[in-house]
Amino acid sequence: MADPFMTPELVFIANSMKHVLKLLSLLVVISALWIGLLQASIIPQSHTWLLPIYFIVSLGCYGLLMVGVGLMRFPTCPQEALLLQQDIAEAKDFLKQKGVDVGSD
Amino acid sequence: MDAEKNKYSIIVPTYNERLNIALIVYLIFKHLRDVDFEIIVVDDGSPDGTQEIVKQLQKLYGEDRILLRPRAKKLGLGTAYIHGLKHASGNFVVIMDADLSHHPKYLPSFIKKQLETGASIVTGTRYVTGGGVHGWNLMRKLTSRGANVLAQTLLWPGVSDLTGSFRLYKKSVLEDVISSCVSKGYVFQMEMIVRASRKGYHIEEVPITFVDRVFGSSKLGGSEIVEYLKGLIYLMVTT
Repeated sequence: MADPFMTPELVFIANSMKHVLKLLSLLVVISALWIGLLQASIIPQSHTWLLPIYFIVSLGCYGLLMVGVGLMRFPTCPQEALLLQQDIAEAKDFLKQKGVDVGSD
Repeated sequence: MDAEKNKYSIIVPTYNERLNIALIVYLIFKHLRDVDFEIIVVDDGSPDGTQEIVKQLQKLYGEDRILLRPRAKKLGLGTAYIHGLKHASGNFVVIMDADLSHHPKYLPSFIKKQLETGASIVTGTRYVTGGGVHGWNLMRKLTSRGANVLAQTLLWPGVSDLTGSFRLYKKSVLEDVISSCVSKGYVFQMEMIVRASRKGYHIEEVPITFVDRVFGSSKLGGSEIVEYLKGLIYLMVTT
């Protein structure tokens, strides 16, 4: 269970950091990598300048994909409505017998 | 943990649930035969006579099993839970809705999951296999899915169903989490589970089915969406 990378100090920082700061830190790291790439010129500069746009577009597409797939696979339970009606009938019968007022509201 | 010594306090906030409260009490007793539990009804001064029905149920099932702890008027969900908590004698607390969208037949699976894993919180999720929703049209499902993807991306909450309100908590954990939550409505449910996740509490999920019987009042207008987005930003910044 012990993670050698997560020293007590890092654990403390990670636990007390607000989530928006975690996201911003991630953004800073990604930006630093991007600037590093720009300076190191491993990839042609013209391509590197467009990387942020590729990143944002990919993120958007991923998001839309997750929504679409989730929508298609949205779990439904039509039989539950029927089961519920049966349960309600059973409950009403029992309660009426025992003197509880179950007239509809 | 010795299973025999566990007691479950089920808090049910009600407002104008004259018929549903009777049905829900019957179903809870039906599905929790060998479990030590109590039902705490927190009624916000319902004008339709909900409290009279609860008193009839108390005569039938016993005042030690059904506690009626009303309030004078509609004061909101969060404070209803806090109010119910004050009267809870169990070491576990279940929160659920009174309108039968949450079916008591899932209570044993919540309890079983908690005993198996020792989790601090067991939350019902509608969005996994074995769970599901009935009564939502395509638009409603789309908004729900979109909202969920956005929340997962922005918050990394660690649960699949953020706005669900069918949950089992260790009593001490609920007391701890609820004291730091300030939101209202369904954002309150989100805040509870996100704060619990941030605090490192062990959270497990069980699939539940959700039957939306309030057709037509799907309450997802523009203002709800704005509230939701504001809630997300609030949670990003404060948790």
